[in-house]
Amino acid sequence: MSVLDSKIPEGPIKDKWTNHKNKINVVNPANKRLIDVIVVGTGLAGGAAAASLAEMGYAVKAFCFQDSPRRAHSIAAQGGINAAKNYQNDGDSVYRLFYDTVKGGDYRGREANVYRLAEVSANIIDQCVAQGVPFAREYGGLLDNRSFGGVLVSRTFYAKGQTGQQLLLGAYSAMNRQIGKGKIKMYNRHEMLDVVVVDGKARGIIARNLITGSIERHSAHAVVVASGGYGNVFFLSTNAMGSNATAAWKIHKKGAFFANPCYTQIHPTCIPRSGDYQSKLTLMSESLRNDGRIWVPKNMEDVEAIRSGKKKPIDLSEDERDYYLERRYPAFGNLVPRDVASRAAKERCDAGYGVNQTGEAVFLDFASAIQRYGKEAATVNHEPNATKERIIELGAEVIKNKYGNLFQMYEKIVDQNPYKTPMMIYPAVHYTMGGIWVDYNLMTTIPGCYAAGEANFSDHGANRLGASALMQGLADGYFVLPYTIGDYLADEIRTGPIPTDSPEFDAAEKDVRGIIDTLMNIKGTKSVDHFHKQLGKVMWDNVGMARNAQGLEEAQTKIRQIREEFWKDLRIPGEANELNTELEKAIRVADFLELGELFAKDALHRNESCGGHFREESVELDGEQKGEAKRDDDNFKYVAAWEWTGDPGESKLHKEDLEFKDIELKTRSYK
Amino acid sequence: MKTSIARKVLMALSGFFLLFFLLQHFIINFSSVISEDGFNSASHFMGTNPIIQYGLQPVLIFGVIFHLGMGIYLELQNNKARSVKYAMNKPSANASWMSRNMIYTGLMVMLFLGLHFYDFWIPEIKTKFIDGDMSGALNGVEGTRYFHELQHKFVDVWRVALYCLSFVFLSLHLLHGFQSAFQSVGFSHNRYTPIIKKLGNLYAVVVPLGFVFIALYHYVSQL
Amino acid sequence: MSEKGMNLTLKIWRQKNATSKGKIETYKVADISEHMSFLEMMDVLNEQLINEGQEPIAFDHDCREGICGMCSLHINGEAHGPDRGVTTCQLHMRMFNDGDTIYIEPFRAKAFPVIKDLIIDRTAFDRIQHAGGFVSVNTSGNTQDANALPIPKADADKAFDAATCIGCGACVASCKNASAMLYVSAKVSQFSLLPQGKVEAKDRVLNMVEQMDKEGFGNCTNTGACEVECPKGISLENIARMNSEYLKASITKEA
Repeated sequence: MSVLDSKIPEGPIKDKWTNHKNKINVVNPANKRLIDVIVVGTGLAGGAAAASLAEMGYAVKAFCFQDSPRRAHSIAAQGGINAAKNYQNDGDSVYRLFYDTVKGGDYRGREANVYRLAEVSANIIDQCVAQGVPFAREYGGLLDNRSFGGVLVSRTFYAKGQTGQQLLLGAYSAMNRQIGKGKIKMYNRHEMLDVVVVDGKARGIIARNLITGSIERHSAHAVVVASGGYGNVFFLSTNAMGSNATAAWKIHKKGAFFANPCYTQIHPTCIPRSGDYQSKLTLMSESLRNDGRIWVPKNMEDVEAIRSGKKKPIDLSEDERDYYLERRYPAFGNLVPRDVASRAAKERCDAGYGVNQTGEAVFLDFASAIQRYGKEAATVNHEPNATKERIIELGAEVIKNKYGNLFQMYEKIVDQNPYKTPMMIYPAVHYTMGGIWVDYNLMTTIPGCYAAGEANFSDHGANRLGASALMQGLADGYFVLPYTIGDYLADEIRTGPIPTDSPEFDAAEKDVRGIIDTLMNIKGTKSVDHFHKQLGKVMWDNVGMARNAQGLEEAQTKIRQIREEFWKDLRIPGEANELNTELEKAIRVADFLELGELFAKDALHRNESCGGHFREESVELDGEQKGEAKRDDDNFKYVAAWEWTGDPGESKLHKEDLEFKDIELKTRSYK
Repeated sequence: MKTSIARKVLMALSGFFLLFFLLQHFIINFSSVISEDGFNSASHFMGTNPIIQYGLQPVLIFGVIFHLGMGIYLELQNNKARSVKYAMNKPSANASWMSRNMIYTGLMVMLFLGLHFYDFWIPEIKTKFIDGDMSGALNGVEGTRYFHELQHKFVDVWRVALYCLSFVFLSLHLLHGFQSAFQSVGFSHNRYTPIIKKLGNLYAVVVPLGFVFIALYHYVSQL
Repeated sequence: MSEKGMNLTLKIWRQKNATSKGKIETYKVADISEHMSFLEMMDVLNEQLINEGQEPIAFDHDCREGICGMCSLHINGEAHGPDRGVTTCQLHMRMFNDGDTIYIEPFRAKAFPVIKDLIIDRTAFDRIQHAGGFVSVNTSGNTQDANALPIPKADADKAFDAATCIGCGACVASCKNASAMLYVSAKVSQFSLLPQGKVEAKDRVLNMVEQMDKEGFGNCTNTGACEVECPKGISLENIARMNSEYLKASITKEA
């Protein structure tokens, strides 16, 4: 048997979670007060976990690097959150959400975890409404739903284009209640720089106070890492500037296995890059694809004319446009899953049809939708003789009500009016399905160390469906971890307070100080961003939307070189014992430079195409699916969990076999 | 009284009271343009009615002093809330001049009130309560004194100019103050608030302009 | 797309730490693209400073898409700069012209002390939320069904509009009195409009206002600057609602 014990409970899938919860050890309330839990990260997963654990009575210490827990990047999620409520009476059920999520993840997720996620999804909505989260409602006062990303039912709950913000503020308010009561001790502007393992158990962390630069020791009976994903390994992504993998990577280096690092989601509808100075990419909700049609010109002459400004996109007739998603995937059209839409855009741009100066953009056109909605509105308004202009006006009004904030955001950034001219979009790194390996209880391979939300690998498999990330973050934080952690902590009631003057804390602090001193004393010539951009370019070019063996091998070599350069030629002005934004970045980039190599190594070893991971060597060679991604269930139906051995290139692979007992493995087809 | 909102509400309530007082003051003064007798009898009633003199007048005095005192106190407090000022600030980009300078327009109106007291109120009090003459009769001449006293003050061109200028400040103060008082007591409604704003602007222009008109009318009629 | 490459003079507040005295320093940047965001222009300046061996300018920022509320900056006399409905990270350089001088200062308020350069401490905002910015419900997972309590769409929409506050502090920075009323009223309004929040409405508004006063913010004089500069368009209506909630609560509260 593998060293990986997923601890999936016995019994039928429907009953696994209920039975497991019933059997979990419970800590007596009087004892909970004496047990400390550290939560790193205050996004949906971390914030929800911190609040819930504190409500249960544990003494919680929460950490975030931002100036307030409310700023965690979950706040930027736009579209919505899935839940199997079946309020729309369209036949939705826990099983259907479970099925869609497993299929959407291209059969690389763990069945039992996904089922549990679907099961608790309904509780999330109840809970959030009770907290005062203002979800969109219908005129009758009941909650509104929309359909999202190639799913056949309307199960997505939303709050305009700011669902993540509203959910996070809900979790933040739950935290505030506990902070006010003194049950959560909040550490803003603190960054976790190491986990402390005592006698094989996670017993605390070393954190840097970002204002004073002081290195602090914090002990606890368990450590929860909910620090988000590692998309910024690409430098340019839709992640926040500060989003980083450091907390996750540090626990990896202390014994937590890192699973499926190559599973990355490249989101199709982002605003294209405009120049080398670009610091980040901006996502626009996938819901835009419900009404927008994606195209590039059919003829190369038109592409050139548009790029040079001689022609405008609206000058092209229908015949001169290539609606490539509708052409390739007639059944799903513009609503194919994210990975498929992204690769198709890349294929067109690689073939030279990109419509902006960088050659990396396609059109997302709302003209047809404006026409359609305009005509509908004219009928409803009893204006049978409405002029063309009037119809466009009415249609634009409908579009404005649906996507007004997104259109405004686009216009502010690009300085073009998307009601009049098609938007330009291009895929960008958005979410990382891979992460710290956890068992059914969300515990990592370090006892007492847990990972939740995007930081863990658990539920999405190789690709994530729209509106599932918010669901997973809150499920982990509100409804899973607070229960499962009790099973571990029940054995800790006699431990007593964990001292911070042990040799293990001494050693961990010494390590952290050593890294900081080394970084500060390189005194080279190049900024942190210089190296981060180099890493990002290698990742995007070789480990991006389409990967092949040669490119991946090359990527590993290049990343090693960049890493060596980094440790030789980095320049950090200022001191370590003060607020030093360059030092903060350097610590994070140092970890990305290791993670990037493991990422490429994982992508190289997985010689199949599944979900967001596309290997050019693994495509269908004939039939209707010719040229589409080809999954290899015989050889790769497993979770790849990597063990740190001191060098990312030498990491040791452990496999957790995935069993599909309740869902039949099928090829995803969107034709 | 202890919290910011309570103070703000009290500013608004004293403001409402002053608005009401100003309106009735204006109506009575305006009667001087229409009818000398009407003005005289209204003035006599206001000046001698015990409810007004012993009931409302102290409230008014308290209201004025409170509005002034609290206004100055809040201004000082608010100044402390930003100890380091901006090197570059464009307050006109986001707020009207009137709303930002209530303390100054208010102080100007208060200075005017000093003159006003000196001109009218102190002689009134002296005549009525020190000399004990509650008759309203004009000394030595046939008739009632109020109208004559009024006219007498609007002979000097500089004094008239000063009066007019003060009402410009009052108008500026009211342009913000009227609608602001409603906001402060928590009244906001998407149908009625726009009406209140219009009404406020009307009040803030018409009433001070009316006072200016009265001053000019009496000045011109005595040329 | 024509690149017009602007040359700019920047007057930036530099301050080593909370206790030291700061001052405005002058910097030049060249060849700035109109498509850059304001913070990308700052990145260019910082890269330049690092290459010259100087300390880069510290400023707060994170999501760079106008939602986290971390970026601040008082730019040429206005919070989040001259554009409307945007945060500093969404402000684009096309709002400026070649040869411009731009003043960049931290948001100023006694309750927002400077930590370093342009970074300020806004934890006062958090403490106000600790005082009552929540509905007291535990995450048991068995609250009543979400649709058991219909809420009129108009109320839900208004609550949502109030809830879109990102807590950046532009309202405080713009207010001549450094008042936090718009920020506090947004949370008070969100919950007072929803049945879930009504139960604790009285205590909430009293406690949050008390904490707001303790933090040293100024009083509201209804200038409306906050509403104009708010990147999320939070309405003054919320302040009126909080005033009336506060009045009701303080009059009816039992001893």
